[in-house]
Amino acid sequence: MSNFFEKSDLSRKEAESIISDTLQNCDDGELYLENSKSESILLDDNKIKNSSYNSDLGFGFRAISDEVVAYSHSNEISKNSLKQSSENLKSTLKSVKGTYNHEIPKSNKKYYDNINPIEQKSLNEKIKILNDVNDYLRSKGDKVKQVTANFLGEQKSIEIIRSGGETLSDVRPLVRFNVSVMVEKDGRKETGVYGVGGRQSYDSYLKDENWKSVCDEALRIASVNLESKPAPAGEMKVVLGPGWPAILIHEAVGHGLEGDFNRKKTSAFYNLMGQKVASEGVTIIDDGTIDKRRGSLTIDDEGTPTEKTVLIENGILKNFMQDRLNARLMKTRSTGSGRRENYRHIVLPRMRNTMMLSGKQTQEEMIKAVDKGIFAVSFGGGQVDITSGKFVFNCTEAYEIVNGKIGSPIKGATLIGDGPSILKEVSMVGNDMMMDPGIGTCGKAGQGVPVGVAQPSILINKMTVGGTKL
Amino acid sequence: MVKDQDFLEKKASYCLGLAKKLGATDSSVIVDNSVSETVNFRNKKLDESNRSDDLGISITTYIGKKKSSISSSNLLSDNLNILIEKCVETTKNTPEDEFNSLPDQDLLAKEVKDLDLYDDTHIENDQKIDYLKKLELAASNDKKIVNTESSFTQRKTNFVLANSEGFCSGYKTSSFTASSVTVAKDEKSMERDYEYSSKCFLKDLDDADELGNAAAIQTIRKLSPKKIGSEKIPIIFDKRIAKGILSTFASAISSSAISRGTSFLKDKVSQKIFSDKINVFDKPDMLKGLGSRNFDIEGVKTDTLKLVDQGILKHYLIDTYNGKKLNLKSNGRCGGTSNLYFENGNISFKDLLNLNSKSLYITETIGHGSNIVTGDYSVGATGFFVENGEFKYPINEITIAGNFKDIFQNITLANDLEFKYATNSPTILIEGMVVAGK
Repeated sequence: MSNFFEKSDLSRKEAESIISDTLQNCDDGELYLENSKSESILLDDNKIKNSSYNSDLGFGFRAISDEVVAYSHSNEISKNSLKQSSENLKSTLKSVKGTYNHEIPKSNKKYYDNINPIEQKSLNEKIKILNDVNDYLRSKGDKVKQVTANFLGEQKSIEIIRSGGETLSDVRPLVRFNVSVMVEKDGRKETGVYGVGGRQSYDSYLKDENWKSVCDEALRIASVNLESKPAPAGEMKVVLGPGWPAILIHEAVGHGLEGDFNRKKTSAFYNLMGQKVASEGVTIIDDGTIDKRRGSLTIDDEGTPTEKTVLIENGILKNFMQDRLNARLMKTRSTGSGRRENYRHIVLPRMRNTMMLSGKQTQEEMIKAVDKGIFAVSFGGGQVDITSGKFVFNCTEAYEIVNGKIGSPIKGATLIGDGPSILKEVSMVGNDMMMDPGIGTCGKAGQGVPVGVAQPSILINKMTVGGTKL
Repeated sequence: MVKDQDFLEKKASYCLGLAKKLGATDSSVIVDNSVSETVNFRNKKLDESNRSDDLGISITTYIGKKKSSISSSNLLSDNLNILIEKCVETTKNTPEDEFNSLPDQDLLAKEVKDLDLYDDTHIENDQKIDYLKKLELAASNDKKIVNTESSFTQRKTNFVLANSEGFCSGYKTSSFTASSVTVAKDEKSMERDYEYSSKCFLKDLDDADELGNAAAIQTIRKLSPKKIGSEKIPIIFDKRIAKGILSTFASAISSSAISRGTSFLKDKVSQKIFSDKINVFDKPDMLKGLGSRNFDIEGVKTDTLKLVDQGILKHYLIDTYNGKKLNLKSNGRCGGTSNLYFENGNISFKDLLNLNSKSLYITETIGHGSNIVTGDYSVGATGFFVENGEFKYPINEITIAGNFKDIFQNITLANDLEFKYATNSPTILIEGMVVAGK
């Protein structure tokens, strides 16, 4: 736990009184304090290229009146600085006549331990693993031309002080371990990337030389791509593998179901509540409560405990994801989805772990059902235009399907689809739901936050594949 | 207001002194401060105000050929003492790398020119509000526009870069940025588009009316798009996305990608990689330039580079570490390019549209589909179908794909270059790409 006032000329009592004074006629708001420590250790090109440590401290002060948000942040926790922020907020919200909403739900549940993963493993041990990764992969043959591996670790302590002095706090560990390998054969180069992570110690992921399986997976993807042919271009059937390909769900429907876009009516989904937006058998939830997952949170960045929110149930749109501001304006409750990258940013409704639940079919049945199409196993990133509903994601491992059989690997291609209609094209839902390995970061309005995804294998009847082969 | 040079220099020299005392043989430090104030409007009403004051420090310490770095936003001496001690300790435990070092003394910038990058003008939030009111009035004029969001940001920054070889320099910069995002709706579709203006000097910023109008026009014309069939067809890139081709080019010639062997442009210096007439410049000393600088983030002086001359690649973008590895001298591009641009082509925008009887005019791409290892490119796109030089109808839900090796060899540039961003391109015509649609 951080004591934010320990080395400051500002006492907790004085801070509370400035907060209550500033927010007295506002509808909502809080002081958000954050202390984060993070490290990055990178091996690249046979060397430890970078070892860096970051310590970040600051506050963000927010006042809300009706729809208007006033925000001010600084990294100086001092009397002067907080007073200046207060003046700033007051000058934006000149004549406010709201009633502060003191209500905030409580929960005793915690989804991760209060640990600092950076301190749990010495620098020398981390360097040794990175060097072992390099040696291990380079021992796999001459075709391995480049190896990059890194550790990213973080501990973020936050405290939220609301008007009247109510205080909520959380300590969040987060780690990630990544391996990228480039292989070359006959002048052709391809890369493969794989990683693992979540909200626990590095050792939980790497014990018993588990890092070898991360290396093997990265090398497998790179090697498959060496044999890849140009991808086809045009509309066809697509089978998605389980796990990480669920970034399709994240892009295609996740963003469009965030409260802010629907309150502003700029999402393609804003008028579809209660309507059928997906095939029967498709259920999608956004869950912040899965133990130690990358997208999980004990409380969100407004202090609301997270929950399991049903977004689409058996094809019907049930809920949007809400922070306090959008929930109040849409006359509903916060789903514990209010998140921010750090104290420099305002809160927005965001995803946590977005998952499509298992159905009954097998992946084999899906492949058999395709005459001509592709089988997509692994992905890079994705993006969506929430207004038109169009979304893309990039395959990093995919195969052609010909007459019900998996054929040759195909080169990386972008797949494009339409969010509100794509889930109606899902004709089979697999029985093999899998979580992603814990590496996702979602970007929105310039803010990156850690998220998770999960899905079973699915068959989509029609999607446009952006290859080069006509 | 943004912290002055004296304050930043004192912090920097404190850090260098302490690092030396604790056993660092060399060190470098950047101290920076940025203060920005933003006002956002939505549907002609105030939506958000945001003030940020960010102070940051980052220190790199060397012990011989060992190196490590730390950064922090907490500049209190207590905290700096702990962090620098940690940094030096970590350095001791980090393996040596023969290429680690500060830049060569003779490459460091000797003079700091006044590039006109700082405007002292302060625009109060009330004035920003006036600007945004005007902008949103213009943007929402047509009743097809159902949502408007706009933003005005004033940003002032100051920094000092210092190292143990005696380099110590920095300067203030400013930017004023306004943007307008509009949503239009008809029976069949809902579309979003934007317009944007960013300048060092307030007086150079686009008119509020013009900005709002442009956003609205660009959005309305996207309504009721069609999806087209898959085919090979000439592609025209609007200026706002054409610059993306240059950004990919810049990543592919960065010395880190070259030294690691992970670029499709490795070993291509002195070879013809673009069509004959193509010239690419990176010009750091442009007055009021959004990418202008006196030196790179290591303190190395930056001269103008003609990166591509008549289609031939002339330089990589070199920093100290990768330069030493490649046995080349840093050309002051640690941290990337400055004002990067294609020199104008010799045909007008109108003639470019008329070069082919049919083409696609792309105004937006989505996805991260550029692979600099292989040069493969595949992204989602929206734009317009162009026939005989005329915009016929909007198109969406298509992808465009190719390989940069071919794309670079098949481009024709219009003569409509403007300096709107740090990286700029005239309108580009590319032959030979594949569109995937229906």
